[in-house]
Amino acid sequence: MSRQIGEVILDLQKVSLAFGGVKALTDISFDVREHEIRAIIGPNGAGKSSMLNVINGVYRPQEGEIILRGQHFSKMNPYKAAKAGISRTFQNIALFKGMNVIDNLMTGRNLKIRSNLLQQAFWWGPARREELAHRAKVEEVIDFLEIQHIRKTPVGRLPYGLQKRVDLGRALAMEPSILLLDEPMAGMNVEEKQDMCRFILDVNDQFGTTIVLIEHDMAVVMDISDRVVVLDYGKKIGDGDPDAVRANPEVISAYLGASH
Amino acid sequence: MGFFLETLISGLMAGMLYSLVALGFVLIFKASGVFNFAQGAMVLFAALAMARFAEWLPAWLGVEASYLATAAAFVVAGALMFVVAWLVERLVLRHLVNQDGATLLMATLGISYVLEGVGSSLFGNDIYKIDVGMPKDPVFILDSIFEGGLLINKEDFIAALIATVLVGLLTLFFQKTTTGRALRAVADDHQAAQSIGIPLNRIWVIVWCVAGVVALVAGVIWGSKLGVQFSLTTVAMRALPVVILGGLTSVPGAIVGGLIIGVGEKVSEVYLGPLVGGGIEIWFAYQLALVVLLFRPQGLFGEKIIDRV
Repeated sequence: MSRQIGEVILDLQKVSLAFGGVKALTDISFDVREHEIRAIIGPNGAGKSSMLNVINGVYRPQEGEIILRGQHFSKMNPYKAAKAGISRTFQNIALFKGMNVIDNLMTGRNLKIRSNLLQQAFWWGPARREELAHRAKVEEVIDFLEIQHIRKTPVGRLPYGLQKRVDLGRALAMEPSILLLDEPMAGMNVEEKQDMCRFILDVNDQFGTTIVLIEHDMAVVMDISDRVVVLDYGKKIGDGDPDAVRANPEVISAYLGASH
Repeated sequence: MGFFLETLISGLMAGMLYSLVALGFVLIFKASGVFNFAQGAMVLFAALAMARFAEWLPAWLGVEASYLATAAAFVVAGALMFVVAWLVERLVLRHLVNQDGATLLMATLGISYVLEGVGSSLFGNDIYKIDVGMPKDPVFILDSIFEGGLLINKEDFIAALIATVLVGLLTLFFQKTTTGRALRAVADDHQAAQSIGIPLNRIWVIVWCVAGVVALVAGVIWGSKLGVQFSLTTVAMRALPVVILGGLTSVPGAIVGGLIIGVGEKVSEVYLGPLVGGGIEIWFAYQLALVVLLFRPQGLFGEKIIDRV
């Protein structure tokens, strides 16, 4: 394998999140190493999506800290997260439906654009060169995801599987160092799943992107991830490599029901 | 023939003004997915500010009222609209991220009451005039072709010119700039826009600011034509059928919609009015909007509504 798993890049410490009286996450700590594929699994309502939303700052945990490359964040917000190189996809696709694929991906470049409004408006000098450079980058992503044929189609018209792919494309256009994927394969057929698996592995392998992934398909998770965190009712019940997690009795009982 | 053309032209001019107000609606809707009921109140507020500052500034500074003072008043009123935009974001929109469209609509209804109240207590309740030095005298053109020429109001002509320039600039802004694209992104999906690092708060301030300036321009033009008074808010109501006709998401739609309604009103009033006892001008726009809604709910130029079933 060409990639080398590195140091801890993202460290979550004792994160607790509650919505009123409902405890979504209780005292959860785990870390993510550079270049690895880290999966978060658990039954429905275990707090997986909440965990992801905490990492990218949509939810503010009442307690706990997020340490990103040694920098402590007790208050993360989506803007800071994006600036720090975290991008994400959504469980229920959240694309800009009225725009075509290229424009959707171009929005992913938003943070990297430097020219000012006036220059952009008149398509002048540096703004023009910059736009072209970003456009080239977007075309790379399009090639990578093999969606050349739908570049100019409004995403609202695309079938579900392709929308998922565009969603991934927009996240990739940000050139993230950490990519959060919320159920990238939900609702897909076998073929689409295989494609998506391949893309995830390629992203990880070719760009060295660290990936944190939520997924329900156990076969996929065990196949592609380096380490797995298991959540149940907002608590961490397992953490380790796929084989260890598979053998963990607590995990088995959470999934199959306890046999008291 | 000459008379028909005159009617047509005066319709076009009136339509241009509807377009200006409609533009405010479209801007905010395009950029934040909010149907802004407060647009009319913003027009009134801006016009009031403009009228009063044009009066007050020379008095405070002890100088003669002049074009310079009027220009200064315009700038001050513009700055005030910026403050309004900032406050709206700070006090209202910030707390409603990711909420349903209807919730935001209701919030703007609230904003409109606040603006009307604050506007009249700050600036007073009377009828004020705005004098930006628009030439009022009519001119006759094309008198070689038509007997007696065509009567055109210079003021209307200048207003139409201003509106055209404004529309051109805004189109450029939306289609060609990254900020424009970010605005459209925010309109489609708050959460996704945030996740790719679009600062929602700043975007909202920008949009409301631009809509504020458009409201100011519309307010000044209407105000210098009709005087500034509370009934300016009803002008915004006239713009409602315009956006329905043109499509809520389309800048050109707002323009064409405005023109169609302006012309339709005048022409039908003049030619059909006598047959039904007049008064067509008042309901024509709404009737037309109703028909459009029946056959093309997204408006003439709106984005096609795509629903997965």
